Amino acid sequence: MADTTFDLIVIGGGPGGYVAAIRAAQLGMKTAVVEREHLGGICLNWGCIPTKALLRSSEISHLLHHLDQFGFSAKDVAYDTKKVVERSRKVAKQLANGVAFLLKKNKVTVFDGEGRLAGKGKVAVAKGGKPVADLAAKNIIIATGARARTLPGLEPDGKLVWTYKEAMVPETMPKSVLVVGSGAIGIEFASFYRNMGAEVTVVEVLDRVVPAEDEEISAFARKAFEKQGMKIHTGATVKGLKRNANAVTATIAVGSKSLEVAADRVVLAVGIVGNVENLGLEGTRVRVEKTHILVDEWLATDEPGIFAIGDVVGPPWLAHKASHEGVICVEKIAGLNDVHPLDTGNVPGCTYCMPQIASVGLTEKKAREAGREIRVGRFPYIGNGKAIALGEPEGLVKTIFDAKTGELLGAHMIGAEVTELIQGYAIAKTLETTEAELMHTIFPHPTLSEMMHESVLDAYGRAIHF
Amino acid sequence: MPIEVLMPALSPTMTEGNLAKWHKKEGDPVKSGDVIAEIETDKATMEVEAVDEGRMGKIVVPEGAQGVKVNEVIALILEEGEDAAALAGSGKGAAAKAPPAPASTAETAKRAPAPAPESPKTAPPPVAAARAGGNGADHGGRLFASPLARRMAQQAGIDLAQLKGSGPQGRIVKADVEAALGKPGAARAAPAAKPAPVPAAPAAAAPAPAAPPRIGGPSFAKQQVVAAAGNIPYAEIPHTGMRRTIARRMVESKQNVPHFNLTVDCEIDALLKMRAELNAKSSDYKISVNDFVIRAAALTMRKVPRANASWSDEAVLQWQQVDIAVAVALEDGLITPIVKRADQKGLATIAAEMKDLAARARAGKLKLEEFQGGTFSISNLGMYGIKDFNAVINPPHGCILAVGAGEQRPIVKNGALAIATVMSCTLSCDHRVVDGAVGAQWIAAFKAMIEDPLTMLL
Repeated sequence: MADTTFDLIVIGGGPGGYVAAIRAAQLGMKTAVVEREHLGGICLNWGCIPTKALLRSSEISHLLHHLDQFGFSAKDVAYDTKKVVERSRKVAKQLANGVAFLLKKNKVTVFDGEGRLAGKGKVAVAKGGKPVADLAAKNIIIATGARARTLPGLEPDGKLVWTYKEAMVPETMPKSVLVVGSGAIGIEFASFYRNMGAEVTVVEVLDRVVPAEDEEISAFARKAFEKQGMKIHTGATVKGLKRNANAVTATIAVGSKSLEVAADRVVLAVGIVGNVENLGLEGTRVRVEKTHILVDEWLATDEPGIFAIGDVVGPPWLAHKASHEGVICVEKIAGLNDVHPLDTGNVPGCTYCMPQIASVGLTEKKAREAGREIRVGRFPYIGNGKAIALGEPEGLVKTIFDAKTGELLGAHMIGAEVTELIQGYAIAKTLETTEAELMHTIFPHPTLSEMMHESVLDAYGRAIHF
Repeated sequence: MPIEVLMPALSPTMTEGNLAKWHKKEGDPVKSGDVIAEIETDKATMEVEAVDEGRMGKIVVPEGAQGVKVNEVIALILEEGEDAAALAGSGKGAAAKAPPAPASTAETAKRAPAPAPESPKTAPPPVAAARAGGNGADHGGRLFASPLARRMAQQAGIDLAQLKGSGPQGRIVKADVEAALGKPGAARAAPAAKPAPVPAAPAAAAPAPAAPPRIGGPSFAKQQVVAAAGNIPYAEIPHTGMRRTIARRMVESKQNVPHFNLTVDCEIDALLKMRAELNAKSSDYKISVNDFVIRAAALTMRKVPRANASWSDEAVLQWQQVDIAVAVALEDGLITPIVKRADQKGLATIAAEMKDLAARARAGKLKLEEFQGGTFSISNLGMYGIKDFNAVINPPHGCILAVGAGEQRPIVKNGALAIATVMSCTLSCDHRVVDGAVGAQWIAAFKAMIEDPLTMLL
C-alpha cells in the first residue's frame, strides 16, 4: 500500500490538476493526484488536443480541394474516416502518456479512481464503487472540470445526437450535421465536418455566431462560414427533434418563423456544467452556485484547506486558464510572495475553426459599455504580403486602446494562424505596454505578425500598408 | 436564514476597519438598537447597533481583527426559532470571498481585475543595499514600472518613485498608480500587522517603526529597520488605524506640500489679564489661552482670507467659511476636532465647544464630521513648555499655526529692558497657496489681535 498522507491532494488530473500537482511538487510538497479516467483530462483526451488533430485533417482536406491555385492537381482525393480518427486518438494517447511521465518524474503519486472529500483533510478514493484508498492532506484542490450541458428534448443518445465526445470519433462521415451552439466547441466541429465534406447547419440562440467574440469578428466569421457553404441560423432554437432510424428531423424556430432541418447527426455544444457531484461537498462550507464552486481570487473555497480551480470554478472554460489557476493556487498555499490573482482580461481565447479566431481582453462593445473612450485599429489580411503568399487573404486584426492612456484593452483576430499570433498581444497586455511600445517593436517581414503592428498603427491613424 | 451582519461603512470613503470589540457573545440575545460591536476606523471608534432581533448565532470576524473590508460578514444573528444548525452554509467566512450572487457567467463578478495584493514582504531591497531613496521597484537607480503605469502616473502628475510596486519583483503596475489615485478597489490594503509575541524590552527603548504604510518612499520593512538599528531588542506596537492615517497623511504632506514657516513673538500680558477678568465673571465658562488663539486665528482669516484656502490642481480654493481644526493629543495618537465657523462664535462658545470636543476625542467618540475637514489647523504644545516649533500642514489645509508656551521673557521696550509674557507662534504655509507676504500679513494681523485682545471682542 502506497503512502496515504500528503501535503496536497489534487482531485482531477486535467490541465488544471496535473499542472497544479507538478508545481506543488516543484515547491517541495508531497503531492497526489486522483484521476478517475485519463490523465490530461478532457483537454488532452477528449478536447483541445484530439480536435486539433481532426482539424488538421480537415484543413488538409480543404487544401486538397483548392490545389489549383497553388499549381497542383490531384485526382481521386479521398480519406478514410477511420484513419483520421485513429490519428486523433493516437495523438491524445501520446500526450496522456506524456503527462503520466511528467507526474512520475516529479514524484507525484497518482491514484486511479474517483476522489471524494471524506471529512476534514481527507479524501476517499473509490473505483467502480469499491474503495481504493483513504488519503489525508492539509490542502485539497478540486479540479474536476466540467461536462457538456444538455437540453431537454436534445438529450444525447450516442448515436444520432452527439456531444463532443462522440463527435470526435465518428465511425463514418455523416452526410449532414446539425450543430447546436456556435461557441468554440460547436463551431470547431462545424468547421471540421464542413471541410470533410458534410453539409453543416449551425443553430445559435444568440444573435450572432461565436457570441463571446467581438461583434465585428462574429460578422466576419459568419460571412466566411457561409461562403464555405455552412447554413447558419442565429436567434434560433431547436423546438423539436424527431429521431428516425439513421437521421433526425429538427424543427427550428427562428424568430416567429419555423423551419425543418434534416440531418444525419446532431452535435450538441450548448455550454458546459461543472462536475460538482459526488465530491462530498455536502457538509463542508464549500459553496456551489449554478454548478460551479465559488472561490476567492486565490481559488480558496469557504472551507479552509479546500481549493478549486479550472472549469469547475467557472468561465472562461479554458485549459490554459485552469493551468494558470493551478499554479496561482499552489504558490499561494506554499506562501510564495510574488503571487498575483488571475486577470481574466489577460486570458487569451482561441477557436480553431476555419478561419481561426483568437482574442484577448475587452471587445469593442464591452470597452464602450465600460465607459472607456477608445481608439480602434483594424488591419485586413488582404493588405499583408505573407497572407497573400500563403493564399490566405481573408482575415482581420482588430485592436482596441484606451484613448487617454494608450492601454491595450483588447485584441481580436480572425484569419490564418491567428491562434499562434495572439500571444503577442497577451504578452503586451500582461506587461501593460501602451501603443507606443507596440509601435516601437520591430515585427519581422514578411510575416502575418506584421498585421499586429499595422493594426496598432491604424488605431492612431498611422497604418502604412492600408 | 440567519441574518448577516455586515461590516458597516461609517463614511463614504471607508473601505475597511478594525473590529475593536464584541459586546455580544455567541448565544446572547440581541435586540434592535443593542450595541453589538465597536469598529475602529482610521480615526475613531464607532459602535455598531443591531437592526434585527434574535440571538447572536456566530461571530465570524473575531475581536481584534484588522483591515476588515466593508460589507464583509462579521456576524450571523439567528432569528427567533432558528437554531444553530441554520448557521451551516451561511455567511461567507472571514476571508473576503466571491460576491453573494454571481450571475450565471460568474467570471467578471468573481475576479476583481488586476488588484495585486501587496504582500508586506514584497521585494524589499536586500538589507545590504539599504539606502535612502530606495523603493520596492528601485534597483540600483533604475525604476521598474510598466509603460502603462508610467504614462498614467505622468498624466496624473504622480512621481513614480513615491510608489511601491506590487508587480513581479516590485515592478510598479497600473494597479499601483490607480491605488495612488485613490480609485476605490484599485488595490487591496496591506494586510494588517498581527500583534506578534515580542521579546520583553522597555517600551521606551523600543524603536517604534513609524511606517508610512504603502505609500512608498524608502522601505521601512521591519527587518530593515531592525537591522539598521543594530538588531537590538525591541517591543512591537501594532499599527492602529489612527497610526496608519497619521503616517500616511504626514508623509503625504511633507512630500507634496512645500512648507515655509513664519514666527512671531506675541506679548500676552493683556490677554492674560482679560482672560482672568472674564473667567472671574462667571463659573459658566472657563476660557483658555488656546480659546483666544482659536478666536484670533478665525478672525484673522476674515482679514486675510487668502490664507483660508487650499490647493487643488485646477485652482486655489478660497473657503467661504472658517473651520478651525485643533489638534488634541491622545494616548496613542492625535485627532483634530473642528470648531466650525469659529469666526462667528464668541469666546465662551468656543471654550464650551472645545471642552466637549476634546473630551469626546479622548473617549474616541467623535463623529466623523466633527474631525474630518476644516480649513485651518492649530497645534498648541505650550503646556509642555515648548518655546516654538514648526507644525506639519494637515492637508488640504493651506496653513497650520504652531503655538508655543507663554513665558516671561526679557524684552526691549522704549530702549530699556523689561519683562513681558511672550508666546511664540509659528505659521506653516503651503507655498502653493500662501506666499510669504500673505503669510506675513496673516501672522502680523494675528499678533496684533493677540496683543490687543479687545479687538477680538468686536
